[in-house]
Amino acid sequence: MSNKMTMPTRRSVLSGMAAGGALLATGLTPRFVQAQSSAPIKLGFQLHRTGIGAAYGRWYERTATAALKVLNDQGGIGGRPVEIVFEDDGTDPARGAEVFGKLATQANCDLVYGALFSHVVVGTAPRAAELKVPYLVCSEGHHVASGMLNRWTLQPGITDVKSQVQSMAPWVTQNLGKKVTMVFPDYAFGHDHRDFFTAAVQAQGGEVIRQIAIPPTETSFTRYFPQIPADTEVLYHVMVGPAVLTFVKELGEFYGTGDRPQIFGFIDSLEAVNIASPGLEFLEGTHFWEGHNRNKQADASEAETFYRTAVGVDDTGASVSDANEVSTYAHMFSAWETLFTIKDAMEAAGYQGPADRQKFVEALEAMTSFAEGNDHPQGDLSFNGKTHQAFGHQNISKVEGGKLIRVHRTSLEDGYYPDEVDYTTQSF
Amino acid sequence: MRDMKAFFLHLAVLAALLAALPLLSAYHVTNVAKIMVLAVYAMGYNIAFGYTGLLSLGHALFFAAGLYAAGMGISQFGLGSAGALVAGPVAGGLIAAAVGLLALRTAGVAFMIVTLMFAQAGYLTVLYFVRYTRGDEGIVLDRAARMLGGVDLSGDTPRYLLAFALFAVALLVNLALVRSPFGRVMIAMRENEARSRMLGYNPYTVKLTALVVSGVYAGAAGAAYAVLFGYVGASLASVQYSILPLLYVLLGGAGTVLGPLLGALLMFYLIDYASSATSAYQFIVGAVLVVLVLFAPKGILGTLRERGLRWLP
Repeated sequence: MSNKMTMPTRRSVLSGMAAGGALLATGLTPRFVQAQSSAPIKLGFQLHRTGIGAAYGRWYERTATAALKVLNDQGGIGGRPVEIVFEDDGTDPARGAEVFGKLATQANCDLVYGALFSHVVVGTAPRAAELKVPYLVCSEGHHVASGMLNRWTLQPGITDVKSQVQSMAPWVTQNLGKKVTMVFPDYAFGHDHRDFFTAAVQAQGGEVIRQIAIPPTETSFTRYFPQIPADTEVLYHVMVGPAVLTFVKELGEFYGTGDRPQIFGFIDSLEAVNIASPGLEFLEGTHFWEGHNRNKQADASEAETFYRTAVGVDDTGASVSDANEVSTYAHMFSAWETLFTIKDAMEAAGYQGPADRQKFVEALEAMTSFAEGNDHPQGDLSFNGKTHQAFGHQNISKVEGGKLIRVHRTSLEDGYYPDEVDYTTQSF
Repeated sequence: MRDMKAFFLHLAVLAALLAALPLLSAYHVTNVAKIMVLAVYAMGYNIAFGYTGLLSLGHALFFAAGLYAAGMGISQFGLGSAGALVAGPVAGGLIAAAVGLLALRTAGVAFMIVTLMFAQAGYLTVLYFVRYTRGDEGIVLDRAARMLGGVDLSGDTPRYLLAFALFAVALLVNLALVRSPFGRVMIAMRENEARSRMLGYNPYTVKLTALVVSGVYAGAAGAAYAVLFGYVGASLASVQYSILPLLYVLLGGAGTVLGPLLGALLMFYLIDYASSATSAYQFIVGAVLVVLVLFAPKGILGTLRERGLRWLP
C-alpha cells in the first residue's frame, strides 16, 4: 500500500483559486445565490419597552408585529420574507444609540425603525449616520424636518408637531376662542408645542396669554392651575409620561362643576388611558387632537376596519382581549404605516442587501405621496423627500358620551410650511 | 517588587485593550470605546469616593460640565475637537472646585445630599436654558466638527483609539496618584480623618484637591463622550449618571485602580444581555448588586485584594 501523498503545486493552487474566484464573480454558485435572494430581510425595531415610553412601546410592538404578519402574508418585500428584531432602548438616548448599533451590526438588520420619543431619536441619529444605516423614526418631533439630523434619518410615517399644530390652529381660534393658555411639559417636546402653536395662533389673530411649563419631574399639578388667567378662552394642554392621568384628574378637580374655558388637549395627555376613567367626567365636551381616531368613526373606511382587526383593537380603541388595556391609537399607526413605506421604498430601490442602503434612502426621498388603504389606514400622506418628513391629516375630536367623535379633519395643505432643510444636498 | 507587579498588571490590561481592537466586532468596538470613557468617569469618582471617602451623589454635574463645555463649545462657539477635549476637564475641575468649596463644609450624609442637590440644580439648569442646550432632546454634534488632526472621530477605529488613549493616560495618572504621598494622604483621610488632621494634614484642602481631580476626570470623560459619540443631552446630566459611576466602582472594587474599568465593563454587558432577554432587566441588575453587597461588599477586585492579591493598588 502506498502512503504517497500528492502535494499540490503552486501552479495548481493558483489555478484553483483563480477558478474559484471566477466562479464567485460570475455567480455560478447556485446555493449562495439562492440564500441571498430568498434570505429574510431583517428590520430592527428600536422599542420603548421600558422607561417613560413603555405604554407606547407595548402597542408599537403589537402594531408592528401585526403589520409584519400582513406584510409576510402578502409575500414580504420583493418576494422575500421579512423579520423584525425588537430591542428595548429603555426610552433612553444613550441606550438608544447602543441598541441601534446592536441591531445594525450584531443582528445585521438592513435598517432600523420605530423610535417615538424625541430625545431617543436625536441621541440615536448620529449613530445611524456613522454606520450608514437608514433610520426611520415615528416620533412626531420637528427635529427631522428642522435639518438637525442627517441624510440617513427619515420620518415617513407620521406628521411632525409643527405641521400638526399649524394645521389645527385655525379651527381652534375660529371655533373655541382666541385667548389661549398653554400647559405643556418643560422640555423640548413641550417647547415645540409652545413655540409652534403660539406662532400659529398669532397668525390667526389670536393670542397665547399664558404659557405654563410643567417641570418633567412633577408628579402633582394642582399648584399650576391657579396660574391659568381668568379670561382664558381656550386651555391647551399636552402632557406625556406616567403622570398624565394625575394631570387630567387634577385639572378636573380644579374646575369642578363650575365655569371653565374651552379645553383643547393633545390626546398624548390621555394615550393608553381610558377616557371613561372615574374623575375624567369633566372631559365631556372638550376637544382633542388625534393623529388617528381612537373611537371608530361612523364613516370609517374598510382599511380602518382591517387595521383595527389586524392589530386587535376594538371600536373604542381598547384591546379586544382586555377592555381595560387602552391603546396608544393616535400614534401607533406610524409603526404600521412605516413598515409598508419601507416595503415600497425597498422595492422601488431594487433592494438586495446592505449594499443597497443608500439606494433605499434615495428611493424613499424620491417618493411624494402614500395613498390611503390597508398600508396607510390613517389616511393619505404626502412626503417631502428634501426634508425627510411626511404630512398627514390631523383630526380634532370632541368628547361626546364618553367617546371621541371627530368634528374636523385638516387637509394635507393645512400642515405645509416652507422647507427648512434639503437633505438631498448632503452627502452620504 | 510589589510596585513593579502592579505596574505590569496595568500595562497588561492596557495591552489587552489595544490588542482587542482588531478582534472585536464593530458593535463591541463601539461598546468598549464607550466603556473606556465611562471607566475614566468612574475612575474620577473612585478618587473621591474609593480613595478619599467622599460619597458624592452629584458627579453627574461634573460629567455634564465637561459634556456641555465640549458640546456647546463645538456647536455654538466653533471650538474644534482638540479645544473641546481641553475645555471639558477644565470645566469639570472648575465646577468641582466651586461645589467642593461649599459642599465640603459638610460630611457624610449631608455631603451626599448637598452634592445631589447641586447636580439636580445643574440638570434643571440644562432644561431651563433649553434655547441653548435643547434640553432633554439634546444637541447633535456635526460630524465635520468631530475631526482631530484630520481624523474622523466618528469612525470606529479612531474613536476606539482616542478612548483608549484617554483611558491609558487616566489609568496611569490614577496609579501614580494613589501611590504618591498625596495618594497616601487621601487614603488616610478616608480611614481616619481626625488622626490625619493630628498629623498636620488639612482635611479640607486634601478633600478639595481630590474632588477637583475627580472633577477633571469626570469632565474629561464628558468631553470625550460628546466628541466621540456626537450627542449631548440632559439625560446625561440626570441623577442616573451620578449613580452609575458609584455602581461601577462598587461592583469593580472601591479603592482599586482597575475596579472602575471592571465595574463599567460588567455593568454595561449585564444590562446589554439582560435587556435582550427580558424587560425586567433592571430587576436582574438590582439582584446582582444585592448579591454583591451581601457577599462581596468590597467589590470584585477589593475582595480579591483582601483574599490574597494584597499588592493590588
